[in-house]
Amino acid sequence: MAKYIGKRLIYMVITLALIATFTFFLMKVLPGSPVASADKLSPEQRAVVEARYGLDKPLPVQYFDYMFGLLQGDLGISINQFKGKDVTDVILSRMGPSAQIGLQGMLLGTVLGILLGMIAALRQNSWVDYSSTFIAIVGISIPSFVFASLLQYWFGLKWGLFPVALWKDGFMSSVLPSIALAMFPLATAARFIRTEMIEVLGSDYITLAKAKGASGSEIAFKHAFRNALIPLVTVLGPMAVAILTGSLVVEQIFAIPGIGEQFVKSIMVNDFAIIMGTTLFFSVFLIVIILLVDILYGVIDPRIRLSGGKN
Amino acid sequence: MTQKIDKIPELPKGSFERITLDAHQAERITKPSVSFWQDAWYRIRKNKGALFSLILFGLIVIMAFLGPAISPYEPNAQTITHANLPPKIPVIENLGIFDGVGTLGGQEVDLYEMKNVEVNYWFGTDGLGRDMFSRVWTGTQVSLFIAFVAAAIDMLIGVIYGGVSGYFGGRIDDFMQRIVEILTGIPNLVVVILFILIMDPGILAIIIALTITGWTGMSRVVRGQVLKYKSQEFVLAARTLGASDSRIIWKHLMPNVLGVIIINTMFTIPSAIFFEAFLSFIGLGLQAPDASLGTLINDGYSLIQFSPHILAFPAILLSLIMIAFNLIGDGLRDALDPKMKD
Repeated sequence: MAKYIGKRLIYMVITLALIATFTFFLMKVLPGSPVASADKLSPEQRAVVEARYGLDKPLPVQYFDYMFGLLQGDLGISINQFKGKDVTDVILSRMGPSAQIGLQGMLLGTVLGILLGMIAALRQNSWVDYSSTFIAIVGISIPSFVFASLLQYWFGLKWGLFPVALWKDGFMSSVLPSIALAMFPLATAARFIRTEMIEVLGSDYITLAKAKGASGSEIAFKHAFRNALIPLVTVLGPMAVAILTGSLVVEQIFAIPGIGEQFVKSIMVNDFAIIMGTTLFFSVFLIVIILLVDILYGVIDPRIRLSGGKN
Repeated sequence: MTQKIDKIPELPKGSFERITLDAHQAERITKPSVSFWQDAWYRIRKNKGALFSLILFGLIVIMAFLGPAISPYEPNAQTITHANLPPKIPVIENLGIFDGVGTLGGQEVDLYEMKNVEVNYWFGTDGLGRDMFSRVWTGTQVSLFIAFVAAAIDMLIGVIYGGVSGYFGGRIDDFMQRIVEILTGIPNLVVVILFILIMDPGILAIIIALTITGWTGMSRVVRGQVLKYKSQEFVLAARTLGASDSRIIWKHLMPNVLGVIIINTMFTIPSAIFFEAFLSFIGLGLQAPDASLGTLINDGYSLIQFSPHILAFPAILLSLIMIAFNLIGDGLRDALDPKMKD
């Protein structure tokens, strides 16, 4: 186990270093720098600005400065949106709303998905099962931005039940975005739990439990559900990825002052420092989550032989 | 069982007949032998969802090419006086839908009458007076093109890489797998966004961004399958008989791995369609005048309040394509590899 975690950590560091190196050179290649309007500056002013951003040093030194800064959580300085502001501060100040709708969506989706999948498995080939399968297929297929626009149009514009695009009413404002983000986890969990439950329900220990006279609900909850739940951990990674990808567009649609909305805005105005900083932030977030999920899976299910890895 | 049987009922004579066992008949195969693909096709046909999706997708592809041709308008021709017209289709308009009625200043009016438009736009027009019908179908063409090319490239690189890595094994495999492990560690979203940034936005940029690490999934699956099959007896037999590497790969391994390759590709296509639409939506996709379903949805979204039809048609079509592909993929997976069933 320790060996496995160690190996995964080394890969994680290599991957992150690779991404960081790539972003560093991208920043050098791409247009837009603190001295973008250099023609208007006198040579002396230019030198001052370059010294302030460390651009007067040779490239390798700049590279190591950058990497060292990253280790300390310094993602660089915004270029044109928030002149001179630290990218890290910009991201941190916008984390709250993103985390809120992300967690709410994840929670809502997984809980509903588990319920739906369980009912579908217990009532296999009934109308409940078919409609749950249909919901799962639709949830996986329809992109979150299409779903978010639909919610906004009907619940926001037409029926006026929730704010259309306003981050002021606290929880009420977060309802529609959370639902939009919940669709993918819901569909994935429902599909997954249904297959797992059906498999577990057909296994020997369920037959034994039945033979010993356990009641239907006891079998469903005590035996089948618990064992079906374990493998759900494996899809938490893809779910987190989907929530993050979805948040980029959902935040934009509902005008939520989160990281995703900032990211899209930065793309529009070519603020590469923010784009790269956020990209790095996303990378760390996703890679750590996926690592945690893999480790967690090994911890709660000892049957998995970790040393071999997946596939 | 506890009941005692007093009397065995009499059976009429001739109830039983002796059948002699013919040794020659014992090995006879009564049903015609079914090949793997016939069997798969039989299973696909029985899967109503997959079959329906296959037909639906076929219709969408036909319309993607036929649509712009049968529409009297060019997809990029602007007629400013005809801007933001709701859909109007002759005959169906009598049912109260697609009748060209839209809201203007809070009132429902026939916008075609008001603007003195004599012609019909089946899917309405967008903010620049372009015909949505031909735009939606040309957009479908572009989206499908990107998805299919990306999936094909993923398949090609993945199969070769995974095949080589799995077949030759040893050091080569170790080295190649380390590279894949690092590449799969990088989130897809991050790779796509970084690559789009360094290239000029366009179809080519999107395809490259989608395939740059997209092939790793395929390579892993192919490697696993090749590893599984190459140590089996039939490969050993072929090798003993003196078959070359290329013959073993193409004649013995390929047919066995093909099913998995097809299944994997079928799931790559919807994810490529999704990513293309996603990129277009956040402003990293195609640039005007090129239009895909994603850019059409993005355009439509900005006008959602007053002309929801501009968003509706591309959104419905995108969703239909995604649903169809997921169902076909599920069906194919069950048909080609019953063991893999979720």
